Amino acid sequence: MAEKKKKDEDASGLALSSDIMELLAKFQEIELEDFELEVKDLELWLESGALPRQLMPQLKAAPGLKGKPAELMMTQFARPIENYPGKIVEVTLGATKAEGGSRGRTITIGGETSPAFYSFERPMVHPPVVTLDVFDMEVPLTKAVKMHVKDVIGDPAAWAKLAVDKFGADMVTVHLISIDPLLKNATPKDAVKTIEEITQAVDVPLVIGGCGDPVKDADVFAEIAETFAGERFLISSITADMDVERCAKFVKKNGHVALSFTPMDLNLARELNRRLYDFLSNEDIVMDLTTAALGYGLDYAFTNMERARLGGLMGDVELAHPMSSGTTNAWAAREAWLKMGADWEPRELRGPLWEVTTALTLLLAGVDLFMMMHPAAVKTLKDVTAHLVSGKKADACKFVDWVSMKP
Amino acid sequence: MTEREKKTKVGIKELSPIDVYKLLPKTNCKECGQENCMAFATKIVNREVNIDQCPPLLKKENEKAYKQLKEMLKPAVKEVVVGVGDKAVKIGGKLVMYRHEFTYFNPTAIAIDVTDEMPEDELLSRVKKTENFSYEYIGYTLKLNMIAVRCTSGDPEKFKSAVKKVVENTELPLILCTLNPNVAEAGLMAAPKANPLLYAANMDNWKDMAELAIMYSCPLVASAPNDLDMLMSLSKTLHAYGVQDIVLDPGTFPNEGLADTLNNFTMLRRAACKAGEELAGLPLMGVPMAAWIDKGDAADEIVKWREAYLAAMLIVRYADVLVMHGADGWSLLPNTVLRQNIYTDPRKPVAVEPGLKVFGTPDENSPVFFTTNFALTYYTVASDIENSKTNAYLIVVDTEGSAVDSGVAGRKLTAEKVADAIKETGVESKVKHRKLIIPGKASRISGEIEELSGWKVQVGPRDSSEIPKYLVEKWQP
Repeated sequence: MAEKKKKDEDASGLALSSDIMELLAKFQEIELEDFELEVKDLELWLESGALPRQLMPQLKAAPGLKGKPAELMMTQFARPIENYPGKIVEVTLGATKAEGGSRGRTITIGGETSPAFYSFERPMVHPPVVTLDVFDMEVPLTKAVKMHVKDVIGDPAAWAKLAVDKFGADMVTVHLISIDPLLKNATPKDAVKTIEEITQAVDVPLVIGGCGDPVKDADVFAEIAETFAGERFLISSITADMDVERCAKFVKKNGHVALSFTPMDLNLARELNRRLYDFLSNEDIVMDLTTAALGYGLDYAFTNMERARLGGLMGDVELAHPMSSGTTNAWAAREAWLKMGADWEPRELRGPLWEVTTALTLLLAGVDLFMMMHPAAVKTLKDVTAHLVSGKKADACKFVDWVSMKP
Repeated sequence: MTEREKKTKVGIKELSPIDVYKLLPKTNCKECGQENCMAFATKIVNREVNIDQCPPLLKKENEKAYKQLKEMLKPAVKEVVVGVGDKAVKIGGKLVMYRHEFTYFNPTAIAIDVTDEMPEDELLSRVKKTENFSYEYIGYTLKLNMIAVRCTSGDPEKFKSAVKKVVENTELPLILCTLNPNVAEAGLMAAPKANPLLYAANMDNWKDMAELAIMYSCPLVASAPNDLDMLMSLSKTLHAYGVQDIVLDPGTFPNEGLADTLNNFTMLRRAACKAGEELAGLPLMGVPMAAWIDKGDAADEIVKWREAYLAAMLIVRYADVLVMHGADGWSLLPNTVLRQNIYTDPRKPVAVEPGLKVFGTPDENSPVFFTTNFALTYYTVASDIENSKTNAYLIVVDTEGSAVDSGVAGRKLTAEKVADAIKETGVESKVKHRKLIIPGKASRISGEIEELSGWKVQVGPRDSSEIPKYLVEKWQP
């Protein structure tokens, strides 16, 4: 399995076209319907959630005219390399049997000593990873997403397996929506059972997502943390209005990792991290600074994250944590799913491209962990990341062909 | 640039209004429209006004101060104008590397290509489609900006005739694309006054291209794919040759070349902004349509997809002008929105004033909505209510600039705040009914709102675009 995956990744450059096409081709069969709202009252905000070189002698070039250079004036480009006093902390997610867990592999994120993909300066230590969303009950999904997961909705274990085996997820995020007191109000024991099934179905590291209720989430997280002690789950998320001390303690005691979530404000992010430092070491904290969708505040999210990363590199340890992004929030933009008329269709392409654009923007701001939804968006992000860290060089000669090519 | 010059150049962050004020005429004449010279200086530093708006400064006796100010305010990346008239575009003019350091000026110009071998109707339809591209987004109209005419025939006459057709049919600025100076000259002859961007001078043809750029006084792209030493050599040589406006093309490489692409753009921009390197301080051109070079047997949609995400990465990483081939709405919309986002002024507040907004002429039976004071949410909802032509009240709740969904999740939007806002806005004295239409994404707090406010809650649509439909189907006072 691992070997096969590796092989797939190596071939990703070639496989890209056919795979994405396969993922997207399905849309042609699907009747266009409006955004489905099956669970009308459900809150779906993820907290962490060339021409031949033909020189013309006859042109009135005036070589040697007064003041005009007759030959190229050769010079060198001084590569602007900088050093940073800080380093982003490395956080390892998941634990293998030998390490006290049951995962097939662990994933380490962070460790940067330069801004994102400044590989002219320093290579990327750990390439960003993708965790796919899995919901533990039926949720409103746009058609573009739903068509890929319709057979597994309501079966989180099967959904997780699909995400890993077919969509190439590095990790899986289990959104325990059903625990919401305003929805099914499922018990902590119910949630444990769901997680149990998923740990059996897939062996990747897991992200445990709550419902957004600060009290209920803490109760459920506590139960899961204890039952799955040593698994190094990413607990998504710990927010300022939860019982931070209690949460930090059960995360620490049972060997998990906290996702420190704050609403787009670096001071609040620092503050929450400080509260967590009383109980957790820096290596146990990933931060989520809030992701807003392309067109709906992405600029704020981008700048906030870019500032956080530069701050961390400049020595602000309270911001020197790997960053997670609830990239799925891209679908909150109506342009991602709305039927907009012939000029803007098909939305089955527009939607996942919306998610890709949101993801790539934040990739360049320094995000280490992407929580994503659409398989084509996931595939693209993984391919781009693989290309960026491949160490391969550009084929410069071919580039000039763009001028004269006939696509 | 000499070391001495580098040191005297003031970084944008260190520039204070006092520095500017010292060089102004200090007449407090108000001819610029400001109260006094200090106010004008402050606006200059914030780049809200231009020094040319100070009439006394333009007088002969102030020439020295004017020049000093020009130099002091010179952006790290030179601004280059392409085209003429209303549709001319400014590219470059960047003051900073990171947008949070100040703000970015001159949004990335997007050009769509046509070729000299396209049938006339196809060429014209691409030009029109480019010109007519338009999307209304929170009070802005998103547009495409330029036409890139490529010579695929190798025939100067064909190129000339294609350029002629384009200039006759659009006022959008042009990029003339050919590496053959003969062809380039033919193109320029067809658009002698259009101030097109000429693509490109490279290590082989630079002298002829430089002559053409000077003769037609048009901006010129220097191109050295993945060779920054050569690019700087070309920049230096063209400057020395007397070419006024230069744009840099370090090459755009899809797929395996992505790392080199991003590195080159990033290094050039950093050299300009952080090291004051003038040879690099020029607008950068990206060519996402390079994604089509290796098309192979991939479906067009896939190449458009690759081209689109390559463009997105270049919008984030410092491209000042982009040439694209895919002209579909679905692939261009995300990029035009991204461009708008990245180029908004981060100094502007995220939030609008909370309070009661009135639409049309509401009476005691008109519907009452609420939304948050996050600027984007507010403008989206406001525009949807306006479009519905409904007379209505909209309560803007202070959520400290959070959107509805993140506000509920982050407890910035609570039932208490909604109940307080109902009281504070005095809407209770304006309508007879007690029915509040709340955003669909705030449904989880509907019970609490009813309890605390005494109003009956009607859960509205999850997306405000459905407000008109909702009112027809569900609203009764």
